[in-house]
Amino acid sequence: MTLADLIHGSSLGGRLEELRGRSVLVATRDQLTAALALVELDGIAARLVLCPPDLPVEHVAFVAETAAVDALVSDRAAAAVESLHVGRLVTCSPRITLAEPERSGRLRTEWILLTSGTTGRPKLVAHTLSSLAAAIRDSGTPARPAVWSTFYDIRRYGGLQIFLRALLGGGSLVLSSAEESTADYLNRVGTHGVTHISGTPSHWRRALMSPAAHSISPRYVRLSGEIADQGILDHLRFVYPEARIAHAFASTEAGVAFDVGDGRAGFPASLLNRPGVDVQMNVEAGSLRIRSAGTAIRYLGCPAEPLADADGFVDTGDMVELRGDRYYFVGRRGGIINVGGLKVHPEEVEAVINRHPRVWMSHVRSRKSPITGALVVADVVLKTSPGSGPVGLEHEILRLCREALAPHKVPAAIDFVPTLAVAASGKMARANA
Amino acid sequence: MSVRTDVISLFEQVAAQQKKPLAPLLDELVLLDSGLDSLCLAIIVARLEDTLGVDPFTAAQDADFPVTLGEFIRFYDDAVR
Repeated sequence: MTLADLIHGSSLGGRLEELRGRSVLVATRDQLTAALALVELDGIAARLVLCPPDLPVEHVAFVAETAAVDALVSDRAAAAVESLHVGRLVTCSPRITLAEPERSGRLRTEWILLTSGTTGRPKLVAHTLSSLAAAIRDSGTPARPAVWSTFYDIRRYGGLQIFLRALLGGGSLVLSSAEESTADYLNRVGTHGVTHISGTPSHWRRALMSPAAHSISPRYVRLSGEIADQGILDHLRFVYPEARIAHAFASTEAGVAFDVGDGRAGFPASLLNRPGVDVQMNVEAGSLRIRSAGTAIRYLGCPAEPLADADGFVDTGDMVELRGDRYYFVGRRGGIINVGGLKVHPEEVEAVINRHPRVWMSHVRSRKSPITGALVVADVVLKTSPGSGPVGLEHEILRLCREALAPHKVPAAIDFVPTLAVAASGKMARANA
Repeated sequence: MSVRTDVISLFEQVAAQQKKPLAPLLDELVLLDSGLDSLCLAIIVARLEDTLGVDPFTAAQDADFPVTLGEFIRFYDDAVR
């Protein structure tokens, strides 16, 4: 499918104009239909809300209300989405039908991306096409156009970056599919001659354990979304000796800050505090702060904190440590745990554990993993000594967690401890995860 | 207990806990086809580090990662030696 198909056609059955000026929730099953709808709707809709595939259905109403959604674009059967009550329903499909090109009176569409919040409810982050594309430079040359692919879903920031790189750079994009195995995906993108491919370190660790790891020979391998340690960088260099291997730092709120291509973990300290460059970065109280044209505009709704400070800097909450002339990422402030690219707020897990009648208090923390970057583990203090059968108790607590939480949030291990450290503030002492 | 029995029993244990259907644990089994996802494999690797005291994934950089169950067991066998 090419962009030219959309110039004289529509994936929306010719109903694009009905969505003019509306706040449109794009909630498709398929990534391709989402991609087509986004291309058509930028400049037409007042607001595009990108619904990631795994958004729990109980959060849809909150998202729709916060973003004042009054139209829904979906590739699902009408019966499946009518119950959402979000106004006008327009069906999109990968079948392009002829339609009059409508490119007059373009709006500056707001793009809303969802990111996980402390309470489990998503935060709604507002961008524009220009803030999303701020970090994008030409990645291919007309003679050797890039064939992009990404393990990510394009409805999340990391994947959307790759989608826009392919679109704006004149390359191609091979989409991933949640239903497809890693080996099938690698074989498929290998067949399509993928040249530029991106994923989290966890995606890549999984890829390197696949018999199909050698079915691609990319020119560019990109890592983002999690800390890229020296191990995974060395390993990728070993398996793809011809590729340029870069790890990027970006967040939905802060935008893309930099990518590092020297094959070493961390980033040069010289990137900080440089006046006059596009992306301004500094470190305050150990946390990396970023200001650039790629920074999001604001949160929708009324979250507890503003997105940026008065000077326009976004505090990423990613903690860094200076060793020699380089900064290294050491984890997230507040103990947020990143399991294979998925954020876990310890408080959410602790709240579930603390529901068990025999639990006095609990502390959820991170444990390093060479497969997913980190795992969730819990220290639990009981009201009475575990006595007989702590194994049974562990199972009961884990059952509670499995019923209430997504699998990556369920502790991989529970340790019963006599006490937990409490900081001078009276809060539980949390190391950086 | 040998590394092999540790590994096999952990695969079965984690699959049961995570309610994943597990393919027959033959040496030729491709790990990513075992029915276990990355989260399950991460839990297995963490528990093996606790029982065997080694983490060959972090230690070995200039080698291919294990692809099959047989290679996975050898990976740990070599590490504990």
